Amino acid sequence: MSELTLERGLAALRAEIDGPVAAFFSSCVHCGICATACPFYVETGDPKYTPILKVEPLRRVWKSEFTLWGRLLSTLGLTKKVTDEMLAEWEELIYDSCSMCGRCSLVCPVGNDIQAMVRKTREGMVASGHAPEGLIAASVRAIQTGSPMGLQWKTLQVQIEHVQSSTGLEVPVDKAGVDYLAMLSSMEVINFPEYLEAITKIFDHAGVTWTLSTQCFEATNAGIQIGNKDVAALLVQRVVDAAVKLGVKNVISPECGHAYTAIRWEGPNLIGKPYPFKVFHIIEVLDELRAAGRIKTEGMETDRLSMHDPCNLARKSGVIDQQRNLMNLVADNFVELKEHGKYQWCCGAGGGVSSNERAEPLKLAAFKRKKAQIEEVSPARMVTMCATCRTQLEEGLEEFNMDIPVVGLTEMIADHLVEKA
Amino acid sequence: MSDPMDFLLWTKGPAFEWAIAIFALGLLARLLEIFVIGRRPNYAEPRAGEWGPGMRTVFTRSIADPGTFKSAPFNVVVGWIWHVGFLIVLLLFIPHLELIKSLLGFAWPGLPNPVVDLVTAVTLVALVATLVHRLTHPVKKRISTVEDYVVWGITFLVVLSGYLAYHRVINPYPLALGLHILSAEIFLILLPFTKLTHIFTTVIARWYNGASFGRRGVAS
Repeated sequence: MSELTLERGLAALRAEIDGPVAAFFSSCVHCGICATACPFYVETGDPKYTPILKVEPLRRVWKSEFTLWGRLLSTLGLTKKVTDEMLAEWEELIYDSCSMCGRCSLVCPVGNDIQAMVRKTREGMVASGHAPEGLIAASVRAIQTGSPMGLQWKTLQVQIEHVQSSTGLEVPVDKAGVDYLAMLSSMEVINFPEYLEAITKIFDHAGVTWTLSTQCFEATNAGIQIGNKDVAALLVQRVVDAAVKLGVKNVISPECGHAYTAIRWEGPNLIGKPYPFKVFHIIEVLDELRAAGRIKTEGMETDRLSMHDPCNLARKSGVIDQQRNLMNLVADNFVELKEHGKYQWCCGAGGGVSSNERAEPLKLAAFKRKKAQIEEVSPARMVTMCATCRTQLEEGLEEFNMDIPVVGLTEMIADHLVEKA
Repeated sequence: MSDPMDFLLWTKGPAFEWAIAIFALGLLARLLEIFVIGRRPNYAEPRAGEWGPGMRTVFTRSIADPGTFKSAPFNVVVGWIWHVGFLIVLLLFIPHLELIKSLLGFAWPGLPNPVVDLVTAVTLVALVATLVHRLTHPVKKRISTVEDYVVWGITFLVVLSGYLAYHRVINPYPLALGLHILSAEIFLILLPFTKLTHIFTTVIARWYNGASFGRRGVAS
C-alpha cells in the first residue's frame, strides 16, 4: 500500500462529497437531536459523541472547498483546516463510537443522512492513516485469506462434514446452475455452526437447490467497515466472481447485517455495474419460501420471546416484516421491544466496532440502551438474525448477569420443520 | 442620514434593493453548489422509486417520531412554537401583506393585529428559551459555533424590532420602523451564508434522505 498521508486523506474526503452531502451540511442547524438517537451519546452522556460532530472533517473540506463563501474565507485564512492532529482526535469519534446504525439519519429534523456521511468520512480516515489497528488487521486478513478472522476453507470443510453426519443431508459445494449461492460469515462458522445446519435442513425441506463455493464463502466486507473502497470492491468482486462462475440466479447473505448491506446496496456501486444475479438476506429467502407454502412447521415456542432487529437489515435495508412473519410461524408468545423495526436501537457492536478491540468499553456502554429495551419487556429469550448482534447480545447480557439466551431465527425455524415422512 | 425619515427611506430603497440582490444571488450560488455536484449513478437494484419516498420525507420529517419527542421534548415543542410563530408573524401580519402585495401584486388575508401581537410575544419568549437551551445543554454547547449565536441574534432582532415598532416603544416611529426593516435586510443578507440557508435546503436534504431510505424500502 502506498503511503498514507493527510493529503491523500483530504483527497479521499473530496472525492466523497456529492449533492446530498452539500444539502445536508447546508441544512444543519446544530439542534443536537441526532445525539438523542445515538446509543453512544445516550449511554455515555458525552457530547463529543454527537453524530453530526463526528463528520466534522468532511464538513470542513466541504465548507472550505465546495462553497463559494467558504472558498473566499479560506483564501483569507478564515476557515478551520483539517489537520493530522484533528483526524487523530476524530479517529475515536468516527470508529469507536459509531456503529453506522443510521438512527440519527432517521430522526434528523432537516433530513441529514449522517450515517452515510460517517461512511464517507471513514474513506478519508483510512487514506490519511487514521484507522484503528483492529480494523486494519481484519482488512488485511480478509484480503490475504478471504476471511477477516483468517478462517480457511478447511475449517469450514470440517463444519460441513459435521453437518452432513448429523443431518444425513448433503451440503452442496461448487454446484453450478443451482438457484442459490449461500454465503457465510466467519463469525457464524466459528461461533454459530448451527446456522449452516439450519439452512441445510430448511433447503432440503423446501426443495431449494443451493450451493456453497470453495472459491469464496465469506460474505462480510471489512473494506466497508473500515471505509476503503478499493478493499471493499476487491472483496465484493470475489463474491461476484464466485456467483458468476457457478451461474447462480441468486446470492444469499447470511445472518449478518453488514454483509447484506455490503453486497446488496454498496456492492454494485463498488464494482461500477449491476449484478447478473439477485441478492437476498437469508431471512428474505425464508419468508418467500414461507409465503409460497414451501416451509411446513409444527409446534410452537411457548416461552416469552422478543426480537432484536439488526440495523443493517431493518433500518438500512427495509427487511422488517419478514422476520415477524417467520416469528409468528413458530412463536406463540412473541413480544416486540418498544422501539423496533426501523426505529430499533443498535446493539452497539456493528460498523466495525466489534473488530476494534480498543472500542470494547464504548461497545459495552452502547449496549446498555439495548439492555434497557430488553428489560422493559423481560423476555425469556431474544431472537435475532445477525451473528455480530447475536454475539454482542450474548456477551452484553452475560456481562450484566441477565440470564436471557439468544437464538438465531434461521435455526429456530429449522427446529420446527415438519419431519419428512 | 441623521433624519429618521431619511433613514427609513434608505432602508426601504437602496438598502432593500441591495439586500434582495445579495440574498437572491447568494441563494442561487448555494443551490448551484448542491445541484452541480449531483450524485453518482446507483447500480443497486432498488426496492422502490426515489421520487415518492423523497417527497414523503420532505413532509413527514416535520413531525418528530415518538422516541425523539420523548427524548428531546424541548427541542421539538419550542422549535415548533417559534418556527410557527415566526411564519405567522411574517406571513399573516397585515402590514407585511401590504409589502408582499406591492412586490408580488397579490396577497392573502391577514390576522387581526392583537392576535399577531400575542404570537409575536410568544415567539420572542420561545426564542429566548432556545438561547438559554443552547447555552446550557451539553450537546448544544459542544456543537455551537459563533454563527449559531449570530443567527440567533439577527432572528431575535427582526422579531423584537417589529414588536417594539408596533408598540411605539422606540421614537420617532420612522426610526423604529427603519430599524425593523434594516434588521430584516441583514437577515436576508446573512441567509445564504449561514445556517439560515436551511430554510430552503431542508427540502432538498429531506428529499435526498427519503429517496435514499426509500430505494432501500424504508419509509423515513
